[in-house]
Amino acid sequence: MRPIESFEVPAPPRVNYINAQYGLKSWLLTKDHKRIALLYLGSITFFFFIGGLYALMIRLELLTPQGDLLQSTTYNKVFTQHGIIMIFFFLIPSIPATLGNFLIPMMIGAKDLAFPRINLLSWYIYLLGGVITIYALLAGGVDTGWTFYTPFSTTFSNSYVVATGLGIFINGFSSILTGLNFIVTIHTMRAPGMTWFRMPLFLWSHYATSLIMILGTPVVAITILLLAFERVARVGIFDPALGGDPVLFQHLFWFYSHPAVYIMVLPSMGVISELIANFSRKNIFGYSFVAFSSLAIAVFGFLVWGHHLFVTSQSVYAGMIFSFLSFAVAIPSAIKVFNWTATLYRSSISYDTPMLYALGFIGLFTVGGMTGLFLASLATDVHLSDTYFVVAHFHYIMVGGALMGYLGGLHYWWPKIAGRMYPEGWGRFSALIIFVGFNLTFLPQFIAGYLGMPRRYHAYPPEFQVFNVLSTAGASILGFGMLIPAIYFVWSMRYGKHAESNPWHLPGLEWRTQSPPPTENFEVTPIVTWEAYEFAPREETEVVGKFRPELERI
Amino acid sequence: MQSWIPLVPESASTFSWQVDALYFYLSGVTLFFTLLISGVLIFFVIRYRRRTPYEIPRPIAGSHKLETLWTVIPFVIAMTMFGWGARIYFNLYKPPANAIEVYVVGKQWMWKLQHATGQREINELHVPVGRKIKLIMTTEDVIHDFFVPAFRTKADVIPGRYTTLWFEATKTGRYHLFCAEYCGMNHSGMTGSVIVMEPREFDDWLSGNTGGTTPAVAGQQLYQTLGCASCHGANGEGGRGPRLAGAFGKISPLESGQSARVDEAYIRESILNPQAKLVAGFGPIMPTFQGQVSEDQLVQLIAYIKSLQASGQPAQAASPAQAASPATAPSPTRNLR
Repeated sequence: MRPIESFEVPAPPRVNYINAQYGLKSWLLTKDHKRIALLYLGSITFFFFIGGLYALMIRLELLTPQGDLLQSTTYNKVFTQHGIIMIFFFLIPSIPATLGNFLIPMMIGAKDLAFPRINLLSWYIYLLGGVITIYALLAGGVDTGWTFYTPFSTTFSNSYVVATGLGIFINGFSSILTGLNFIVTIHTMRAPGMTWFRMPLFLWSHYATSLIMILGTPVVAITILLLAFERVARVGIFDPALGGDPVLFQHLFWFYSHPAVYIMVLPSMGVISELIANFSRKNIFGYSFVAFSSLAIAVFGFLVWGHHLFVTSQSVYAGMIFSFLSFAVAIPSAIKVFNWTATLYRSSISYDTPMLYALGFIGLFTVGGMTGLFLASLATDVHLSDTYFVVAHFHYIMVGGALMGYLGGLHYWWPKIAGRMYPEGWGRFSALIIFVGFNLTFLPQFIAGYLGMPRRYHAYPPEFQVFNVLSTAGASILGFGMLIPAIYFVWSMRYGKHAESNPWHLPGLEWRTQSPPPTENFEVTPIVTWEAYEFAPREETEVVGKFRPELERI
Repeated sequence: MQSWIPLVPESASTFSWQVDALYFYLSGVTLFFTLLISGVLIFFVIRYRRRTPYEIPRPIAGSHKLETLWTVIPFVIAMTMFGWGARIYFNLYKPPANAIEVYVVGKQWMWKLQHATGQREINELHVPVGRKIKLIMTTEDVIHDFFVPAFRTKADVIPGRYTTLWFEATKTGRYHLFCAEYCGMNHSGMTGSVIVMEPREFDDWLSGNTGGTTPAVAGQQLYQTLGCASCHGANGEGGRGPRLAGAFGKISPLESGQSARVDEAYIRESILNPQAKLVAGFGPIMPTFQGQVSEDQLVQLIAYIKSLQASGQPAQAASPAQAASPATAPSPTRNLR
């Protein structure tokens, strides 16, 4: 007997958040966190495909050692815009703004976020930032690298630096408001009985992420502002010709941009905790260690920016302190990996698509994290910085980590979000393709990097070609793999099998309401009397809500 | 690069094997943990696959013992990496005193180099094998980065500052020189070669390239034409301006009550922004030379000031004849000091 067929597939729920109101206006003026999540989902997918297109151009150019497909000026814009779009307009909002927005109120048993109007405002701010950035790209693009290093960006670049910077500056406010909303919501809107330590780990990781968002984003906003001042008004801040200090920019920039990596990967870790627990029907091993490691990452993450400056004439003693702290920040991540792995011990593991992504995440994130140690270690970093090793490392974290978590989460909660099932067979197939394609793309870059291939090179010595051919082949497979979910998710919105309230048979609050949920999420505010990931119903505990009677302890 | 796909670049400096050894250690640990975790993961995934649709495994809360174990062990391993990496790094960025100095000026998109003996090079650096070489680097425009993979070292080249990089080549040959900090349009064209030669060949090369005057001599000429001599004395003996002869490398008391080490950066700043750090006892009378001297000329002025010994006489500028026998003379630069 297969579990899903064993239950009657209910008729589409009478009224849910999607069909509660019709018309464009009802979407553009919605205050429903679930609808806003969908608005975000659409917009970040749009940006993801633009960023992906740039990635494709990069990989095609690098197929041959000569810079023959694109001119160097074009290539420089392409990799810059790939970075800017992917980081600021896809990765940073990806999980928090879509899955976080959709699920945080549902997981704590609330009707909405604390500030629904601010939530809508953050989407509009995101959109405004996005439109300005797209304008900058269409008007002529920007060629400074996503890092905007001075004095190149303030004095020497002839591209749309200020317009792009304005887009990112504005977008930052969206991030800050989202973070603020999440923190207040988690503090004040938890349903009765939902104590801090009953919260799913997804919430802990979003709480930690939100802290970084509200503490870090203002710094990058100020930095961009100073950059614009210097570029427009020639006020000497960073350019030594004007009396400024170019390295100061790097300190300010990385003070945000290193923690920003954790904005990308922490939510993903939260998703993985959900997936690992729920698809193995097991509570997370060492719940509090996983929860507090998120906070530890958020705090330590602010103290390691100097590891981006090991070759930038920073004092050797400062280098040593930053190196030490960078090793220290690796420990909480290691703790998470060990706990996830231990969770699987004596569990009941299903091979559904979300679980495949979660397992893929653990493998890729381990490689990404371990190769980070090469860059935290001072001597190896000197050789490796600004080579393809760095490129490979951060793609393992951002794609292997953040993107895998996002895709896994999207599959997992899709029945709740869309009220439809995605095709499981295609799901597993594309997860496999993406995993293989990803590794083929980025594994060779580690070797090319150690051999000395510098990043941001549009033409390169021929001995590096073999690695680039492998990378481009892998990227093609990866790109193909990404198209499959894009197609079947859209397909399933209309043709997918109707999802029942709890297709995976799970205890989480979000599964105790219909799919898709009604606008107010729950018909009655739930009272939580169970722990997180409590699969085996305790006889002495009253279980509130619909719980599968078939789920019994074996 | 003997094998078809090499795993490490050519090793051509005293750092190469040190960095490679650490790299292999890190790779070993990475491989071990990746295989361990993937192995355990795959084993669990197969062993504990869901066998019946409704099975609920027994919950396990966790284990403080295990948590401690997998916090402490990774931390200890991480600290070995930290210590090892820091030790090499300390040497990487601590140039030895007796190194041959070469001046490097980066600009979009080329490397301009000048030996202390006057030879100029563009995008190529000839150095003798087995000798310590110290690069004193700056840039005319944006940040660049001097990267020689075969030497396993690199350093940013930053406008308005002097950064240093040193190495001792161990193997003759021609090695890639890359600009590793993105610097604009033709960044990937800002490449070149470091050519490591036998000392004898290097001497021949030096004597075959005597076209240029030494930076110190060029600096001396500049010193006269820019009128520095009127305040600092014909031979740097001082006057209305502070004494320059013998000042390099010393700690000088400042008017502000602080003190500053007279190094390349200090001299540069004092030429471009004389009021920033006035030597004690001197008023703010020196005009700025910002915009009047190029980075190349600054390097030459610095070389000249370095060459001024306490006697107030410039040391004899190293001649090719002297440089031709570096095996006996420790280094041209040492003479200049």
